[in-house]
Amino acid sequence: MIETSSATDAEDTLHRSRHGGERTAAVRPSLDRSVRPAAEQRPGKRRSWLIGLGFLLPFFVPFLLFYVGPVVYAAIQSTQVTERVGGIFGTTVTKFGGLTQYAAVLSSPDFWSSVGRVALLGVIQVPLMGALALLLALLLDSPRVRLGRFFRLAYFLPFAVPGVVAAIMWGSLLDPSTSPFYQAGLHVNFLGPSLVLPSIGNVAVWTYAGSNAIILLAALKSVPPQLFEAARLDGAGDLRIAWSIKIPLVRPAIVFTAILNMIGVLQLITEPMIFRTITSEVTSGYTPNMLAYNSASADQYQYAAALSVTLAVITFAASFGFLKILQRRADR
Amino acid sequence: MSTAVLPADRIRGHFWVVVVGIVLAVFAAYFLMPLWWLSVTATKLQGDFATTNGFWFSGFHLMENLRALFGYDHGIFARWLLNSALYAGVGALIGTVLSSMAGYYLAKFSFRGRRFLFSLILGAVMVPAAVLALPLFLVFSKAHLVDTYWAVLLPSIVSPFGVYISRIFADSSVPTEIIEAARVDGAGEFRIFATIAQRLMLPGLATVYLFGFVAIWNNFFLPLLMLQSQDLYPATFGLFAWKGQSQLDPHVQLLVVIGSFVSTAPLIGAFLALQRYWRAGLTLGAVD
Repeated sequence: MIETSSATDAEDTLHRSRHGGERTAAVRPSLDRSVRPAAEQRPGKRRSWLIGLGFLLPFFVPFLLFYVGPVVYAAIQSTQVTERVGGIFGTTVTKFGGLTQYAAVLSSPDFWSSVGRVALLGVIQVPLMGALALLLALLLDSPRVRLGRFFRLAYFLPFAVPGVVAAIMWGSLLDPSTSPFYQAGLHVNFLGPSLVLPSIGNVAVWTYAGSNAIILLAALKSVPPQLFEAARLDGAGDLRIAWSIKIPLVRPAIVFTAILNMIGVLQLITEPMIFRTITSEVTSGYTPNMLAYNSASADQYQYAAALSVTLAVITFAASFGFLKILQRRADR
Repeated sequence: MSTAVLPADRIRGHFWVVVVGIVLAVFAAYFLMPLWWLSVTATKLQGDFATTNGFWFSGFHLMENLRALFGYDHGIFARWLLNSALYAGVGALIGTVLSSMAGYYLAKFSFRGRRFLFSLILGAVMVPAAVLALPLFLVFSKAHLVDTYWAVLLPSIVSPFGVYISRIFADSSVPTEIIEAARVDGAGEFRIFATIAQRLMLPGLATVYLFGFVAIWNNFFLPLLMLQSQDLYPATFGLFAWKGQSQLDPHVQLLVVIGSFVSTAPLIGAFLALQRYWRAGLTLGAVD
């Protein structure tokens, strides 16, 4: 059905008689007024179908091929096993293995330690970064801010820096052999066993905290200012207004950025891959994505597929769980 | 905010202006410091890299360094930059066109299944790119597309986020009356889209293009899985490969820094030039 949402019947009919492909109806519209709906609807419908496909297929065909299809394929792959038959000189056969691959993933200590690592990072980094972004957004929104344009830009710039470059810069800044801080007398090895994970977290905070702050600021700016004026007249100070009015009102934006950040942490790969070239503290299976990459490059495709499906499920469960917790707290 | 200010308030106001300014400046220093370090280090000689103050100049050798960067290994870095430009420039352009068509149709036409398609797209926005990369690799290795330009270019043209933004922009910036008027004048649907709607949606499409460009330029997992030949690397992935060698070859260490500088500058330039567009995009993400 090709109809602009607010088109009236008359306009719609006019449109159809001109473009519906029914030349005859356009030539003698008044003659068969009574039969027009039935006579015109079918060709018009067929045309509109074609037009709809013309607009949607260019996006949805690649979308199915490079988005939906691979996910389905991975799900199928993850239920298969490859077995060697006929001894050393035999061949391999691939067959349905049920949940064998998933059992292998879930019973692997490497998997759980990599998940534990990103979960630990997420539990610390996501709230920390959320609080920082909220603080920056509230300060930028304050009537007492000067040079607001400059600060907004400065905070957002890291978002434009490629993840590889961000990790290279921070790697050089923290690696004792090249660190300007180390030279200046700060003799701390930020890439040592106890600090390497916070250092990776720092790269993520540096990259995204500012852009999160800008998102929250945009939400703050959309709150009608009369609300604050009313509170001010009632004697509320800046802090009180921020705490009791602004923060509750931008809660949806806070939840939105928090979920994006959590997904980001669970999917971490760029920063640890770069840090791995600098410090031996980052192992080859440091994060779940690095594990998946390793098994794929070792030709263990089905195991890799099961791993990536498991990771996707964990990611979704975590984001929905998180969403539910925050909503429940909001309802209270 | 235009409330009446009492004299006592004004003094307290000045105090808080200073406090807020200091806090914001400290964080600005944190965010800008690595970029400052990168720019300064890119002008240094190899020998001064680790021995002089990282945050200040020691002679200005940017030109020499750029020559070293583009001369190394038969100019492979220039090739990587071109590859990045191809993946990000062409990929984002095609992606923007496809997204804008779908977004426009979803916004302006009612048809059965519209709601379903839109929730499918919203769901896809939430699927992290890294989770997709591995299944894509599995499919592409079956299709013998691994280690070709297509392996990185084809997945890049699909942007559900682009459809999402396009739909919102089509909704708010293309009045239905204009579409109807054009129909009355005898224009076909595709012509209306190409000559009228697309022009009205231009600020939104600039946002889609900008974010698509950055996402592709910065993509790491996809080239990591898909590409083996150096000739096909995008710039940032080439830097990763060099970073791996640099522990053995200190000469490469400086190239990594200069290459990082060169591959970041165009993006920062684009963001500075297109500020009002990305702001519009971020506002959409937050408020909707």
